[in-house]
Amino acid sequence: MKIFIVIAAYNEGKSISKVISDLKHAGYDNIIVVDDGSKDDTYNFALNSGAVALRHIVNRGQGAALKTGMDYALRNGADMIIHFDADGQHRVEDLKAMIAPVKSGKYDISVGSRFLKPVKMPFFRRLTLKIAILVVRIFYGAKMTDAHNGFRVMNRKAAETIDITSDRMEHASQIVEEIHRKNLRFIEVPVTILYTDYSLQHGHGGLGQAFKVFIKMIFRRILD
Amino acid sequence: MVASQIFGDITLIQILIIIFALFAWSRAMLRLKDKNISLGEFLFWSVLWIAVILIALFPTLIGDLSQIVGVGRAVDMVVYVSIIVLFYLVFRLYVFVDSKNREITTLVRELAIRDAKHKDVKESKDRKEIKDGNVSMIHKTVKTAGRKK
Repeated sequence: MKIFIVIAAYNEGKSISKVISDLKHAGYDNIIVVDDGSKDDTYNFALNSGAVALRHIVNRGQGAALKTGMDYALRNGADMIIHFDADGQHRVEDLKAMIAPVKSGKYDISVGSRFLKPVKMPFFRRLTLKIAILVVRIFYGAKMTDAHNGFRVMNRKAAETIDITSDRMEHASQIVEEIHRKNLRFIEVPVTILYTDYSLQHGHGGLGQAFKVFIKMIFRRILD
Repeated sequence: MVASQIFGDITLIQILIIIFALFAWSRAMLRLKDKNISLGEFLFWSVLWIAVILIALFPTLIGDLSQIVGVGRAVDMVVYVSIIVLFYLVFRLYVFVDSKNREITTLVRELAIRDAKHKDVKESKDRKEIKDGNVSMIHKTVKTAGRKK
């Protein structure tokens, strides 16, 4: 079974080497890093850490970068594709639990969830996420405990079916939408997200950005 | 002259406008012949220039039209129509820009995939542990074994 890990990276030069190295030590050899037009040396760090390095010559957004990585993986015979963060927020230890449901063939995609176990989190981030979860439930009738998690494991069929057309941050909600629209069998797996100073610094903008994502979700509904 | 018998008092500006409109319309016809514009576009411009000619010939037309439509002043109606037309044009522009954006992304992504590079890297045994918030450097020996596409 060919497992590919796809990492979309933008200005993550400081953390990418360690992330790749950790993954390799855990036994994952096919690591694809898509440098989304970084201004720092992310690309070289990734290349020198032994990952397959792809580069967007101009920044297009995390959604576009993930899709690029997934396309590359599919073209190279991937049976399973994993979305993993470049900033060290995802734990390598959680991979086994994330892979198992898809590997067993019972599920097409497993998505990480921060809320299946009680967890500490900055208040505003929790509030924003809770609102997002509610919105997802209203829009798609789907009960998810974590509507915006970048940790995903999917089989080839799911990777081929999910069509990420959103370039930027809306891609996360689009993936959720695609899962429900295309009736993919999905399961949420508890994961721990490591909020380090580094990752929080340049993480996702809070309520303001979430609002923009929400507007785009509405647009997509209308235009379809 | 015959003109004033047919149209009443006609001013110079009206004649100039009509001449210009006919000229513009003839340009549009030429473009249609050269296939520079589509039939639909030609019809659009035809309607426009004919409307200009009609209004130039019968200036009271706008006033009458706005009365029919229910708008007080002719100028108001022109403003309302202009705004609606502008909304529509902006919508078309938005769709156009969005499609160009998607095309750029497609190009950038294809380039990235075609230029993919890979180095074979061997890691040595020592690694430092990660401390909170700090990302450590990793010591390793790098052996490059050529490029794989």
